[in-house]
Amino acid sequence: MSPAPPVHRGSRPVAVVSFAQTQHVRREANRNEVELLMPVIKEVFANIGITKDDVGFICSGSTDYLVGGPFSFVAALDAVGVWPPRRESHVEMDAAWALFEAWVLLQEGEIDAALVYGFGKSSMGDLAKILALQLDPYVMAPLWPDPVSLAALQARALIDAGKASERAIAEVAARSRRSALANPKAQVADDWSVDDLMAEEYVVNPLRRHALPPLTDGAAAVVLATEERAFEWVERPAFITGIDHRVETHALGARDLTVSPSTTKAASVAGAAAGGIDVAELHAPFAHQELILREALGLPDSVDVNPSGGPLAANPIMSAGLIRIGEAAARIMAGEATRALAHATSGPLLQQNLVAVLEGT
Amino acid sequence: MAERCAVIGVGQTVHRSKREDVSIAGLVREAAQRALDDAGLGWRDIDAVVIGKAPDMFEGVMMPELYLAGALGAVGKPIMRVHTAGSVGGSTAIVAAHLVTSGLHQRVLTVAFEKQSDSDAMWALSVPQPFAAPLLAGAGGYFAPIIRAYIRRSGAPSHIGMEVAVKDRLHALRNPYAHLHLADISMEKVEESVMLWDPIRYLETCPSSDGAAAMVLASERAAGEAEAATGRRPAWVHGMAMRSEPTMFAGRDQVNPRAGKDCAADVYAQAGVERPRQDFDVAEVYVPFSWFEPMWLENLGFCDEGDGWKLTDEGATSMDGGDIPWNCSGGVLSSNPIGASGMLRFLEVALQVRGEAGEHQVDGVRRALGQAYGGGSQFFAMWVLAVDKP
Repeated sequence: MSPAPPVHRGSRPVAVVSFAQTQHVRREANRNEVELLMPVIKEVFANIGITKDDVGFICSGSTDYLVGGPFSFVAALDAVGVWPPRRESHVEMDAAWALFEAWVLLQEGEIDAALVYGFGKSSMGDLAKILALQLDPYVMAPLWPDPVSLAALQARALIDAGKASERAIAEVAARSRRSALANPKAQVADDWSVDDLMAEEYVVNPLRRHALPPLTDGAAAVVLATEERAFEWVERPAFITGIDHRVETHALGARDLTVSPSTTKAASVAGAAAGGIDVAELHAPFAHQELILREALGLPDSVDVNPSGGPLAANPIMSAGLIRIGEAAARIMAGEATRALAHATSGPLLQQNLVAVLEGT
Repeated sequence: MAERCAVIGVGQTVHRSKREDVSIAGLVREAAQRALDDAGLGWRDIDAVVIGKAPDMFEGVMMPELYLAGALGAVGKPIMRVHTAGSVGGSTAIVAAHLVTSGLHQRVLTVAFEKQSDSDAMWALSVPQPFAAPLLAGAGGYFAPIIRAYIRRSGAPSHIGMEVAVKDRLHALRNPYAHLHLADISMEKVEESVMLWDPIRYLETCPSSDGAAAMVLASERAAGEAEAATGRRPAWVHGMAMRSEPTMFAGRDQVNPRAGKDCAADVYAQAGVERPRQDFDVAEVYVPFSWFEPMWLENLGFCDEGDGWKLTDEGATSMDGGDIPWNCSGGVLSSNPIGASGMLRFLEVALQVRGEAGEHQVDGVRRALGQAYGGGSQFFAMWVLAVDKP
């Protein structure tokens, strides 16, 4: 056992020690959210031979709007079985932020492990309409702007700024889908050429179908542990040496949509600037957003970006960000990477961003 | 708790059925600005924001914290959104406090709100879900059978609920922010009011309110600076805890839920509280339907099981002569901006500990309990504040 790497942020080393996710699909017709989660939570514990009694805190991320009812997280708790009563909390955000909340608590040393999970079924409704309700309710939502049209505005601005081309966007998609061939959980995986993808019709100019994330039903879970527990449970824990998140203004007209200063800031606080990143898992739901994030993070071309296929291969809303952290950690735990970066996003056009730096020993 | 944490700023809106004079952003900004003013701070002094509210369908805005980032001065900063059902106002304050006790931040703004007039909470709570028991008549319909079970179990006489309804509304008359100011409240008025969900009468239930609450939480160093600058003393966090249990399973005790008892035991152990009735000078407890006062008196260990109604009946929880005043602000029965209702409990005890509660201040408060609950009596959040540093 080697000691944990020094933490850049926080007072004590906390590691990802287990990660599990569903087989991501377009439509999970026969299982509700609890049934989607149960095998994932079973697996995330079984991976390291622990039970729910070994975690001192549970935190989840989800949104009521997918199911169209209040309190979707309440029923989901049955997938864990919180009896006797547990210390538990929930964020109405991607579960990457639930992981952040658990990481904060672990900093205090009162608990030594936490379960984090996220879930969402995009197939329950019309996601384009649902996400329009995430916009300013007075001046934006009444216009029902759908996420693809908004993303197209951003892609157009990026192309006009000379920072991307339609071909460069297709290259991101082709690479992601090829990488996904090695990911048995991926929903979209193939080895189409860039030319094949460029032959697709526009969905909203300049975005073709390949630039859009798939609609996905899915869930994921992670176990976090302090140094002592981490080495007890796994050989090579993925220590979170830094994590931070930042938000930008919601007013799209007030933002330069071609850059992501909140990502840059979060990465800086998380200690990503020190470099040495082998692998980056980026939560860029639209292909062109990977180009924005690469620039914001200053990632050199040598970094292996989204070896899992990323959100273009599976985009289970509310857990796709947590999955980036899980995938990055999995590379470290498998000994395939030494220093990894994970990114999660929330809100329209990369409004809010979280960056975590993970290191092996 | 690794580092100390204190409340140094408190702000709330006037709570009304319809705050048509402000947008959602205007509502939260009003409370947050007051909290900052109280702390003697500006927006720039805040390191991070934690916001909470009950289900998004209550306003019809999905994840409204995204739209509110600007109004809350969060641009360029971290912002988190908590949702733990009715307990959310308390949970939000606890998540924010951990940003301080973990040593991560010096000054954190925490905000909770509900603008119920923008939508219809009763409808939002009653959307039929596959494979789930329908709630139908909103929260009252869910809780009425639990109250009946309490009455049967404890043998409480039927007037107890009405006593709570009168007491909390009399308290509210001393709180200028309270939604309900019912100057002519009386046992007769309550008894004559329409029966909504037997045994809950109209005047034994909480109103639907628009409102927001905000607090500035600070590290020991930042609290010292604020006290020196404003002359107002901080309210120190001596303990905080959260517990959850499932909505239903065979044998679950919803009248006296174990999650509430466990949460209280945890927070009391942290704060060194052994005899809650003696050790606390005041408490703000989430009582949305009158009968929940005696039920929570028992759940929180202020008396033995079955005796809660006796404390209410003898006036122990009244500001006027009671030894353990509960809900001097008027409580949830007088103001209920749902997502903020839990934070108002946490905030009101901060006011009491700081000696800033105005007309509803209890003399000589040294230590106080704030409690919030939610879901089907299954989510609990509590904190203990005191005058002395822990």
